[in-house]
Amino acid sequence: MSGGSAGNYTGRLVVAWLFVGIPLLWGVIETGANALKLFH
Amino acid sequence: MAGLLDKQRIIAPHDYNRWLIPPAALAIHLCIGQAYAFSVFNLPMTKLIGITQSAPGDWKLTELGWIFTLAIVFLGLSAAAAGRWLEEVGPRKAMFVAACCFGGGFVISAFGASIHNIWLIYLGYGVIGGCGLGIGYISPVSTLIKWFPDRPGMATGMAIMGFGGGAFIASPLSVFLMRAFSSSTSVGVAPTFLVMGIIYFAFMMFGVFTVRLPAPGWKPAGYVAPSEPKKLVTTENVDVDTALKTPQFYLLWWVLCLNVTAGIGVLGQASAMSQEMFPGRVTPLAAAGFVGLMSLFNMGGRFFWASLSDYIGRRNTYFVFFLLGILLYSLVPKTGSVGSVSLFVICFLIIISMYGGGFSTIPAYLRDVFGTMHVGAIHGRLLTAWSAAGVFGPVIVNYMREYQIDSGVPKAQAYNVTMYVMAGLLVIGFLCNFFMTAVHQRHHMRVQEKTA
Repeated sequence: MSGGSAGNYTGRLVVAWLFVGIPLLWGVIETGANALKLFH
Repeated sequence: MAGLLDKQRIIAPHDYNRWLIPPAALAIHLCIGQAYAFSVFNLPMTKLIGITQSAPGDWKLTELGWIFTLAIVFLGLSAAAAGRWLEEVGPRKAMFVAACCFGGGFVISAFGASIHNIWLIYLGYGVIGGCGLGIGYISPVSTLIKWFPDRPGMATGMAIMGFGGGAFIASPLSVFLMRAFSSSTSVGVAPTFLVMGIIYFAFMMFGVFTVRLPAPGWKPAGYVAPSEPKKLVTTENVDVDTALKTPQFYLLWWVLCLNVTAGIGVLGQASAMSQEMFPGRVTPLAAAGFVGLMSLFNMGGRFFWASLSDYIGRRNTYFVFFLLGILLYSLVPKTGSVGSVSLFVICFLIIISMYGGGFSTIPAYLRDVFGTMHVGAIHGRLLTAWSAAGVFGPVIVNYMREYQIDSGVPKAQAYNVTMYVMAGLLVIGFLCNFFMTAVHQRHHMRVQEKTA
């Protein structure tokens, strides 16, 4: 009845979150850099 | 292959880490969120023949506008039609079909662009890709709610945040690929479509093969399901067809439709509005930055408000959307008259965060009212409210602005009446939310229906 504490999934968790997190972060940084033009 | 996609094959072991499910959902939503960035192809597609400028025979923007419109229409239709099938076959098969449709739609469009046949692009991205959008959008929702019974708002908010974030990735990726493939004889649209179709299909496969369903009886550690239903949180289930016979479904349909109408109307006009309300003070470059900032708040709001709804309740969250929205829309004309750009920006950033929040909080609201069993299917049918709002919002803003200008109102004040109309729509939304009650028990599924 684990809610997500199983240690054997740690590696998969890291890979999974990096897989979706890196492209999302790249997109957010690109958009954020564009948004900064508002303050120039 | 069929066996690999079966619902029975994806039942997770009891120690499965539920935090693997949000990335699976994000892998789908980050891809289909590309739809918000489709406009980056519009201008290059008007120069497929002329390359440097439009030539006779090149497509016009009005023809190209139908691609996105078709995609959104088929998003709504497919989400409404495929919801029950999704609940029967499970999320993996639905996600796989969504990936085939979305990736395949791009491939067909690539062929259409290469032979300059717009009907193939209507069929590819508009119809088939649109079905991929609809099925992909609803496919992880009920699965997330089953894995996170303690925080359904946060879980679905995370996935639907991905839909908002998809454009952030797609926009620079599309520009990069078109630049890489462009030459003296091509603007690079066809190979860009092809590569994006392959990339998105592969990315979505990660979601397909990561998603799992919880084992029957599984609960998160330490979670105790409420024994007594709360006023607006049921422990029963309502069949998708029965849900459509309840007033609650239509009240929620209007709640979503009016919240989205108000947001979508200003989202498309934000750049022009900021420049016209503050002539000479907001440059086109700054306006572009403002639009980018709004996109970030649209995405962030999806996670923030849906997560907050787990603590303050879904109904109260929508009360905040409507009351704060009424206040902010009424304040916008004042920001123009006092010339406060920063107050204008703050108003719209909060408004747009609540627009995103409206999308992401609705699945958990549906779960509260209709139960978990058919929430994906009911959500799919409710998304027709989005299609309707996609028509209402821009029409209201555009036509009222034109009417005001034709009546001699200065451009800087042309949006004032529109803002008050939006506030009025939110008053109606507030009333719909106010009249929400629990579904009558005669609509609840009986035991034999649940096990069938």
